[in-house]
Amino acid sequence: MFFNFISHYERHSYLSKIASQVRRDILRMVTGAGSGHPGGSMSSADILTALYFKELNVTPESWNREGTGHDMFFLSIGHVSPLFYSVLARRGYFPISELGTFRVYGSRLQGHPSIEATLPGVHQASGSLGQGLSVAIGAALAKRLAGDKSRVFALIGDGESQEGQIWEAAAAAVHHKVDNLIAMTDWNHQQIDGTTEEVQSLGDLTLKWNSFGWECIVANGHNFNSIFEAFGRADSLLGGGRPVMILFETEMGHGVDFMAGTHEWHGKSPSKEQCERGLAQLEETLGDY
Amino acid sequence: MKKYINTGNKDTRSGFGAGLSHLGATNPKVVALCADLTGSVKMGAFAKAHPERFFQCGIAEANMIGMAAGLAIGGYIPFAGTFANFAAGRVYDQIRQSVCYSETNVKIAASHAGITLGEDGATHQILEDIGLMRMLPNMVVINPCDYNQTKAATIAAAAWQGPVYLRFGRPGVPNFTPEEQVFEIGKALHLNEGSDVTIIATGHLVWEAIQAAEILETEGIRVDLLNIHTIKPLDCEAILSSVAKTGRVVCAEEHLIAGGLGEAVAGLLARKHPVPMRFVAVNDRFGQSGKPAQLMSAYGLDAAHIIAAVKEIIGA
Repeated sequence: MFFNFISHYERHSYLSKIASQVRRDILRMVTGAGSGHPGGSMSSADILTALYFKELNVTPESWNREGTGHDMFFLSIGHVSPLFYSVLARRGYFPISELGTFRVYGSRLQGHPSIEATLPGVHQASGSLGQGLSVAIGAALAKRLAGDKSRVFALIGDGESQEGQIWEAAAAAVHHKVDNLIAMTDWNHQQIDGTTEEVQSLGDLTLKWNSFGWECIVANGHNFNSIFEAFGRADSLLGGGRPVMILFETEMGHGVDFMAGTHEWHGKSPSKEQCERGLAQLEETLGDY
Repeated sequence: MKKYINTGNKDTRSGFGAGLSHLGATNPKVVALCADLTGSVKMGAFAKAHPERFFQCGIAEANMIGMAAGLAIGGYIPFAGTFANFAAGRVYDQIRQSVCYSETNVKIAASHAGITLGEDGATHQILEDIGLMRMLPNMVVINPCDYNQTKAATIAAAAWQGPVYLRFGRPGVPNFTPEEQVFEIGKALHLNEGSDVTIIATGHLVWEAIQAAEILETEGIRVDLLNIHTIKPLDCEAILSSVAKTGRVVCAEEHLIAGGLGEAVAGLLARKHPVPMRFVAVNDRFGQSGKPAQLMSAYGLDAAHIIAAVKEIIGA
């Protein structure tokens, strides 16, 4: 683990500061590139901050693609790359200054995460939706075969859960008793064309994952108490013969008033003025890149 | 003409099964996945001998490819097996992103390729898979010709670092390559020395090409014959040196003209050494039900059609 805090209050206050900086990075990266996906990046920001700055048992120094002996994280929703890159850089996987190269020709920070680009922290390319959960299951099975007791995490989207492959993976993980896997859904209820219920209703995801045989936990993805309670519960369920899904209730665009709660900002870059308006709502805590 | 002896018909898929069993016994990193076709793809012996290293994935090919990619990231060497139509066509995007673009060490074991699948008909007879797979950056495409070569190719695929598409078939076909052979990925086999025409064949068409070359020799036409078991990377040197002698090429394969070995060779020759060419392959159509031999004849994929193509190109 990375930081040892005296109290939960201290921990959550520190993580909030990091998350605020991460959201600033997201806004500035997407605005700088003139394209990218701020909405889902904002909704997943607190989850990934909690994961990388506390929960994951891996450091930038110990990280390797094979993942031997440490926790692995698979990002299935590759379009939230601004978030992923910001968290990795802020955690020390590569220089923070590199965030300014997001989506630029020749950059390691490709529009969606790439292996070719050899960016530390990235186990697998993603972007075409629906694939990451299957890959995480494979990685979890590899750990089981190798007798490696560390964990595998994966983040999928609610819109992504319209892909059939997600439900192939849901069935496979239960069939193969993949109980060293903690999957997470960013349940922000929005996708490109509108709300998930308008586009193609997902129904009750809790019922769906439960009925597939997963241990299912619902938590508030913008509240660190709730996030860590979910992580703790998930961890205690590992080894019980079932995979675990944490459904994180979140808000698309969370943290910036004009982006919050709407699908409009799924994949659109703000103007310079809009970016400034957003930045004014997010404290600069660690220093902009 | 060098003599090639059929030691008895055998299916290439069983060659894969034998290779996989050999790997199971010799390499603890080899794992296998199958989408409800364990018997058909001949993965049963591996599954029985190494149950902890075999993953039944059910009729869910997309997830199987993803699981294979994850196992590869974790340091294992997965062979993911199903029918070629599902192994290439159904999961193209999964192979593209999770395997090739992600540079995962996954081996796609594609059985029942081509029209020799027979009675099941066009829904199962993929004739486009070589094209689909050879377009993908980082992918190696192997299409062995008989049981022994398929077994050797399977063992070679495991030793290769990176994605491999291994294509084989259902019916018993002549087994004529040596039992103990070293399979070198990307290295064409020169089966006969000749100066009048080059025949480049792959997969089930190699035996047909040998039959054609024997008959042509009796008519005074000397064939330079190449067995291209690896379509990508293509052995450009072997092809160019053969064509430099003969100045004419016939390519033969159980695949569409579009995207196949013939087009790969044509692309090479257009850049380096343009010569007249003929294609013994299927032209822009689907397969249908029938006996394998009957279909190969009806679709123009046999020795008789290779001979006709050679005579046409020579002007004989």
